[in-house]
Amino acid sequence: MEITPEKLRWIYSTMYRIRRFEEVLLEQTALGKSMGVAHTSDGEEAGPTGVCAHLTDKDWIGSTHRGHGHCIAKGVDTSGMMAEIFGKYTGLCKGKGGSMHIADFTKGMLGANGIVGAGIPLAVGAALTAKLKGDGTVGVSFFGDGATGEGTIHESMNLASIWKLPVIFVCENNHYAESTPVEYAVSVPDIADRAAAYSMPGVVVDGMDVFAVYDAAGEAVARARAGDGPSFLELKTYRYHGHYHADDPHTYRLPEEEELWKARDPLPNFERRVAEQYLMDDVEMERIRNAIDEEIQAAVKFAEESPLPPLEELYSDVYVNYSNSVLGLR
Amino acid sequence: MTIQTSHNPLGPGFDVPGSEMRYREAFNKTLGEELRRDPDVFVMGEDVAGGAGREHLGIIDSWGGAFAATKGLIQEFGKERIRDTPISEAGFVGAAIGAALTGSRPVVDLMYFDFITVAWDQLLSNAAKNRYMFGGQGKIPITLFARSGVAAGYSAQHSQNFYSIVAHIPGLKCVAPSDAYTCRGLLAAAIRDDDPVIICNHKKLINMSSFVPDESFTIELGKGRYLRRGSDVTLVGMSYTSEVCRLAAETLAEHGIDAEVIDMLSLSPVDEDIVLESVAKTNRIVIVDEDTPRCNMATDIAALVADRAFDSLDAPIKRVTGPHTPVPYSKPLEDAFIPSPADVVATTRALLGV
Ligand SMILES: Cc1ncc(C[n+]2csc(CCOP(=O)(O)OP(=O)(O)O)c2C)c(N)n1
Ligand SMILES: [Mg+2]
Repeated sequence: MEITPEKLRWIYSTMYRIRRFEEVLLEQTALGKSMGVAHTSDGEEAGPTGVCAHLTDKDWIGSTHRGHGHCIAKGVDTSGMMAEIFGKYTGLCKGKGGSMHIADFTKGMLGANGIVGAGIPLAVGAALTAKLKGDGTVGVSFFGDGATGEGTIHESMNLASIWKLPVIFVCENNHYAESTPVEYAVSVPDIADRAAAYSMPGVVVDGMDVFAVYDAAGEAVARARAGDGPSFLELKTYRYHGHYHADDPHTYRLPEEEELWKARDPLPNFERRVAEQYLMDDVEMERIRNAIDEEIQAAVKFAEESPLPPLEELYSDVYVNYSNSVLGLR
Repeated sequence: MTIQTSHNPLGPGFDVPGSEMRYREAFNKTLGEELRRDPDVFVMGEDVAGGAGREHLGIIDSWGGAFAATKGLIQEFGKERIRDTPISEAGFVGAAIGAALTGSRPVVDLMYFDFITVAWDQLLSNAAKNRYMFGGQGKIPITLFARSGVAAGYSAQHSQNFYSIVAHIPGLKCVAPSDAYTCRGLLAAAIRDDDPVIICNHKKLINMSSFVPDESFTIELGKGRYLRRGSDVTLVGMSYTSEVCRLAAETLAEHGIDAEVIDMLSLSPVDEDIVLESVAKTNRIVIVDEDTPRCNMATDIAALVADRAFDSLDAPIKRVTGPHTPVPYSKPLEDAFIPSPADVVATTRALLGV
């Protein structure tokens, strides 16, 4: 599939932005700056990047507990994300959500979700709106290999199929659900095989190769926009760190396996390919990296210097408050 | 042995061999004993072993459950009885109910109490109703356990205290241990009980330590206990709010208020007698519940007192609860959500006018 020079630069910036965001976030978490649990997605950058390269702010995505990469690929501001995770008032959700609940509706990002499988039907709903309004937009649902154990994925795929909805199911198979290996928990060698049961195309994609993801997602999005219904993509990928910031992955997987995946890292993979074809040069890529390093440092500074949410925010965004005779609002 | 819960284990007269241990260690020890005692008992849930099926890589035991409740048990009992599941709560809770109806005694790790909603139809429509609607033919000896409560930035979807939802349903039992000792006794009782029992393990309690008898014992389901005897006011707690009440009572003592503290332990069935007995003596009551304020356990206990002890009341019934909102992430908001000892002290002092 054709890629414009502009798109190439966007792809590289986006993957590097996700990588740096996650690495810096882990450093900051170790310093006690995050106020809760953070699930990082470094290693998996090619997936959200290659998929969202085909989307606009008008298209909607549904996400998971591991949602930072989805946010960034959908164009969500990294300062607002960092501030959210630091529990600050300037965060995208005023500090009320945290890492597991980042959303930015202005960017078509329907929200990270702390309940495995719960985000999937939301993307189907977005596709239903798109179909009813006939506005040509699509819904994309990101979910993990583990989430395919939940009923919601099966119900959602069937709904999308019988209603021919413009939705793309993107399974990020990083081979583990917490400590549980995919080969134990899933009944088929390739999860994409299940697409056949719901009469939609199911494609296995090298999730470490952003060009492969870009091509497969391009076809799926075009199919959806043309009114030809849903598709299923299975991206084979790997998370470099533990399930969450404090998890030691070596209790359930071997360092040798990690090395095999890291040898296929999506960033050097991209750099090598574009250099070979004289599409981008080292100087340009370095300039991009430097700019993003600065952006993420600025995000940390912004988050650090931002105020905490005022107490009134505890009681906002609900339709009613009640009073306790002694304690005031309760 | 069955221990009388009205008896304070930390006070005089509690003279059995034992040691200090963490709540989570008491849980793990007791679960191991029950698996050893009864071959029909087995455990299942996400990551209860972890690294499942990887013996060939030298990986036998990984997480041992999200709060290490099953850590080390797979070595002794094997992966048939310490059974990892996919992320399929409706499926495996339903399967546990089916297994329970047919002669097994499943113990299910639900990880976080919030996830009960994914399995709710199975619990509500099958587990709770089966015995009654089929005229008492079957029994459903299933135990579910999960972490509950507001703490550490777990935010809106991992912090809820759903016990009032469970208590609302005839056919489901619900217990909320408040320390390592009650965790040990209530877990053994739950596993040996022939009805579905849901155990709430508050995040703030699982790393706390207390005295635990060496010998296996059960605490009778449906009974609360006194944590402190007093004459001026009754403070009622459950799960972590029992600890909140205990701390508040210490501060109140400095203000010359002698509070009695009840630790509910069982939320369904609920121990009406202990509440009525205490209020008959103190004539005042403050109920502390970390849940949101509408239709929660505090409301239910308040209704009990209004109905059956109105004449002994010298002051209005007071409730200290979380606000009517989801649980926020940012620490200052989360702190403000949680009923604190200071909230209990302020409420009690206002009630007594001192
Ligand atoms: C309904 C529900 N069950 C269990 C969990 C606990 N949990 C959080 S993430 C996770 C693993 C998810 O695995 P996968 O879908 O593969 O996503 P990954 O973490 O690998 O990105 C589990 C079991 C949850 N949050 N929600
Ligand atoms: Mg996974």
